[in-house]
Amino acid sequence: MIVGLAGPWHLGKDAPSASLLARELSGGCPPQRLCFDSARLTHWDSSLISFLTQASEICRARGITEDRGGLPRGLRRLVELAEAVPEKKGARAGTSKAAFLARVGNASIGYGTSVSEFLEFLGQLTLALGKFVRGKARYRRIDFLEAVQQCGAGALGIVTLIAFLVGVILAFMGAVQLSQFGAAIYVADLVGIGMVREMGAMMTAIIMSGRTGAAFAAKLGTMKVTQEIDALTTMGISPLEFLVLPRTLALILMMPLLCLFADLAGIVGGMFVGVGMLDLSITNYVRETISTLTLLNLFGGLLKATVYGALIAIAGCLRGFQCGNSSSAVGDAATQAVVTSIVMVVAACGAFAVVFSILGI
Amino acid sequence: MPDAAGSAESAINEAQITVRDVTMAYGSFVLMSGLNFTVRRGDIFIIMGGSGCGKSTLLRHLIGLKDPATGEIIYGDVNFTKAEPAIREKLLRRFGVLYQSGALWSSMTLAENIGLPLGEFTDLTPVQIREVAALKLALVGLKGFEDFYPSQISGGMQKRAGLARAMALDPEVLFFDEPSAGLDPISSRLLDDLILELRDNLGATIVVVTHELASIFTIANNSVFLDAESRTQIATGDPHEMLANSHDARVRRFLTRGQEGGGSASSHG
Repeated sequence: MIVGLAGPWHLGKDAPSASLLARELSGGCPPQRLCFDSARLTHWDSSLISFLTQASEICRARGITEDRGGLPRGLRRLVELAEAVPEKKGARAGTSKAAFLARVGNASIGYGTSVSEFLEFLGQLTLALGKFVRGKARYRRIDFLEAVQQCGAGALGIVTLIAFLVGVILAFMGAVQLSQFGAAIYVADLVGIGMVREMGAMMTAIIMSGRTGAAFAAKLGTMKVTQEIDALTTMGISPLEFLVLPRTLALILMMPLLCLFADLAGIVGGMFVGVGMLDLSITNYVRETISTLTLLNLFGGLLKATVYGALIAIAGCLRGFQCGNSSSAVGDAATQAVVTSIVMVVAACGAFAVVFSILGI
Repeated sequence: MPDAAGSAESAINEAQITVRDVTMAYGSFVLMSGLNFTVRRGDIFIIMGGSGCGKSTLLRHLIGLKDPATGEIIYGDVNFTKAEPAIREKLLRRFGVLYQSGALWSSMTLAENIGLPLGEFTDLTPVQIREVAALKLALVGLKGFEDFYPSQISGGMQKRAGLARAMALDPEVLFFDEPSAGLDPISSRLLDDLILELRDNLGATIVVVTHELASIFTIANNSVFLDAESRTQIATGDPHEMLANSHDARVRRFLTRGQEGGGSASSHG
């Protein structure tokens, strides 16, 4: 059988597929030999080479001898080159899918190891903190100050804006219900307690997960990819003390301050609605807020913020250290850091609610 | 048997690396096994072999970033693999490592990069540290680049700055991971000369991972040849002697760029 190759062969312009040839060969009795006629071939690129390699595979499978004599020399060489190294066994990605139970099992084992990795990291960080307390930790003060600036002053704007809006939203929700009973003044209580006890710390934590947690993970992940972390280790400098400690301390230190600011911004937001919509006077609103808030409320909120700060820093740094060795892994690490820290913050918030209600705070 | 801290000192004085029956593995996947070789003091020792056979991984084992699955690595008479963390850290401080990409700390200037280990592990004043950093930079031909950030200089310069940092604490064993990768032939040659001078003038022992034949024959006096197919070492010794005397087809093929030993170069990769 002679295959006539004619006209231009372009990758993008509907080049014939080898299945055409396979269909021809399977009909009736198969020929003994396959020849090519390229007299009318005007132009060819990889599409023709791909066609020819598939053709020879079909021929091999059916025991047909193939004669490439009719092909241009360059084309013949390229096809030979493509076939020079036999396919490596096992190199092709496995198409078989693991059984459902196997996948469930592997996933569970994966969660188990990630929990143990987290605990190990926490333990190492505690040791580093111990060294810090004894003044023996190795880190640069300038790194600490930079981290303080980045997660303190740098975050002030967005934290203020979001907290103010949350205060406004809380006040709106309360105002609709409370003014039905003529109790509009209690909007101040609602916003004050809501912000100080829960929302101030919570909103700050969520902003900081997205802002600082992701930044920590991306920074450490990049350092891992470029072997900068290895370089620290082989210098005898613990990356945990040098990189994680200043960042964690900075965030733990800054979170309560940011939270305090968020509380204030939220109350101002509530007052904005109260004064503008409910015709309350500023004096009354402030007096009501002050009378309803207790120091216990305030310190409860600040304690939460501190714990959230620690969780965000740990999640960010851990995901950075676990980063793989490519640029896409850095992106994954940042995403993972945000997801992990938000999950941990919300879980911690739940735990605090239970503990506080048992303690009667 | 001397006490542990004392033996760490003597280990470095002999600067002798012994790798005994080491198996390298990722989980259950064995990369290499049956590794046995010795690096003598003052050697320029090459770890060579085809791409992806585990040369860099072996280097990571030697500098303690990964622990062998079985076997041990011994510096002088200190068993590095089984040593206490404190002793390991002490040994590590006497090593210098030049990473493939330089691995300079990107948030610090070159002077700060070199000054960091000096500041952490010596009693020098900040002024002295800066002087030492300037000297080390001058040694690698980067005089006046103290206040540049790594991103502001070229790849070859980063590599040289990485070398300056590796030499910061006057290490007695220097490790190079593919030093000539990404360098033009002349820079690569200059780096080879630098390596030879470091050995001759500082008496350092140098371990180099590379597959650049020109480099290998210029600097090496001892080596180990790793083979990806059999997953073990197939030759050790001076590469010049290997080229003259080895009868192993795989070694000959590598050292002659596929001219000898049967098969074409393309089937080796």
